[in-house]
Amino acid sequence: MRWLLLKDLQILRRSPLQAALLIVYPVLIAILVGLAVSRGPSEPRVALLNEVPQNARVSLSGKKLPSANVQRRICGKVECVHVSSRAEAMAKVESGDVLAALILPEDLVNKINSLSTLSPGVPHVEVLVNESDPLKASVVDDKIEALLAQANLTLAKRIAVEGGRYLNLVIKGGRLPVLGGGIDILGLQASAHILEAIEPALEDGPLKVALGQVTNFAREAGENLDIAGPLIQRLAQPIAVKKIPVGGSSPPLETFAIAVAATFTLAFIAVLLVAGSLALEREENAFPRLTRGLVSSEALLGEKVLLGVVVGLIVTLLMLAGLTIFVPLEWGRFGLWLAAIVVGGASLAAAGAALGAAAREVRAVSLLAFMVTLPVAFLSLVPSGTVGKGLFDVIKVITALFPFKPTLDAMTSALEAGNGGIGGPLLHLAILAVAYTAIARLALRRFGRV
Amino acid sequence: MLARGLTKRFGDREALRGVSFGAAPGELVAVIGPNGAGKTTLLSILAGIQTADGGEVETGKGAVGWVPQQAALYRRLTVEENLLLFARLEKHEDPHASVAEMLELTGLGERRGEIVARLSGGNQQRINIAIGLLSRPGVLLLDEPSVGLDPRQRARLWEFVSALAVRGTTVIFSTHDIQEAERYGNRMLVLADGEALFDGPADELREAVRTEAPGAADRDFETAFVAYLHHRGH
Repeated sequence: MRWLLLKDLQILRRSPLQAALLIVYPVLIAILVGLAVSRGPSEPRVALLNEVPQNARVSLSGKKLPSANVQRRICGKVECVHVSSRAEAMAKVESGDVLAALILPEDLVNKINSLSTLSPGVPHVEVLVNESDPLKASVVDDKIEALLAQANLTLAKRIAVEGGRYLNLVIKGGRLPVLGGGIDILGLQASAHILEAIEPALEDGPLKVALGQVTNFAREAGENLDIAGPLIQRLAQPIAVKKIPVGGSSPPLETFAIAVAATFTLAFIAVLLVAGSLALEREENAFPRLTRGLVSSEALLGEKVLLGVVVGLIVTLLMLAGLTIFVPLEWGRFGLWLAAIVVGGASLAAAGAALGAAAREVRAVSLLAFMVTLPVAFLSLVPSGTVGKGLFDVIKVITALFPFKPTLDAMTSALEAGNGGIGGPLLHLAILAVAYTAIARLALRRFGRV
Repeated sequence: MLARGLTKRFGDREALRGVSFGAAPGELVAVIGPNGAGKTTLLSILAGIQTADGGEVETGKGAVGWVPQQAALYRRLTVEENLLLFARLEKHEDPHASVAEMLELTGLGERRGEIVARLSGGNQQRINIAIGLLSRPGVLLLDEPSVGLDPRQRARLWEFVSALAVRGTTVIFSTHDIQEAERYGNRMLVLADGEALFDGPADELREAVRTEAPGAADRDFETAFVAYLHHRGH
């Protein structure tokens, strides 16, 4: 077997394009993933035209609220490109320089202030989008809606805080600032105390009964309106989110991204290399010569799987080592990495052998390997809940039949603690490796003869 | 080598119908017949690549070397690497010595380091045969060895094969070139539709052709042979 392995490595060395593809492709994926996970998602570029006068403030009952810094908040969420005119904003959107343009019109604050008057206006902002790309348009819609929801929430919170202050003034009393001066407000609680003090001085009769009712009202209101304060605060954001992780732990995004990159690398190397190498034996007409007493079909399959595992292991480990430039990895778990790569590689290589045994041309089998591996890899990344239940069940079955998903699970578990046990995925992979080797054996018996 | 009543069926088609023949040491036997006659199937069964549905094969002492119709070697390896790989797989005690011997025998010593893909078809066929000879076989089976070779390469190939027969190797080769079979074969086995129509020296085949297709007797041997096959219902 070692001479066949040596021969395959010699052939690989003599095929610079194939070798380069097998190494450069996964390394490229690793670099892209590394850059993506280390720099985080880039913020979309949005042109911002702020026509609102600098000193304009939202006011409540004649009192100006402090600045909510809506512009600063927007620019914290997107990369703002400040423009000075509507025409400039439009030009930037049309040219694709920015994803969208957000225009805060001059009368925005006045319209907001009019909401508390008898003739409320409708505050609006304008969003310019280039809808030639529906995907881009959808992204812009989501992003802008999220930004506006946040701006609305900020304003609502400010208003709620001011409302709470006024309510407190009504309950407890105090000084209401008006036009540079102020008005003293007695407050319900103080009023109740005064009334309670007056009540004994009155003679029994309808006046005393009526005063008693007013006193009760002032006392009850003073004591119970306290709860209205928090209620007003909650109006701004009535529903809070409490996230409770259920059904297994979710790996950190970085770990998952690295596991995806490693599995991608391993899958393409193991499947393509083994499928191509086995097909090459037949393309070169060497298969019957080899299996005519020199090597058994089982040994030949074993050698191909070993080739996939060895080359896959080397390149995947190099890729992981390269990723440490961007993201720290737990080298203390190296043993588990090895287990995941070796067992996953063996299973993927066995799948490659099954593909390679079915065709006798390297080009045809390479195309077949791509056509099988790529869709299965993408299906393996579809999260639950993003498609219908029936469709997801079908995806689960398909991805369970190919070693990509269990290899991804094993890699995720191996890379970081707390991502589920590695035993289950390894057992799954071992079963698939045996099954695919049996299929490859049958295919060789069926198609391998001259 | 002795074959008795070999039969082989592929689905409904009978590829071999009770073919029997023998070949003595040093003999060059040409298996001839039109395409689809069963030549490759017969050689594959003799080589052990395929199993017969019926009949038996006796190979006597020594290995059986098999040289398939299309060169079975790795085109991205060098001449020497190819020979060394198969010598190692055959578990030769000294694979390097075996390779040196084969390079000497095939006259490819000077080209030992060349990638096979860069060699001519004739030289690739010589390596193909050399790999078949690595096991020092008593019987060498050659499946259409001269296909795709130019006349000069053919001449060199047959010179090489004839020398092997002189040394005592039994050579059984298939061809659909009647003149090549007549020139290099000591005996001819004529196959048509899986049936052995004739087994004997070239002179006797000529006589049989003259007897059974007298109308074509005065024409060239190939035309007369086709008329003979037609007369025999093929």
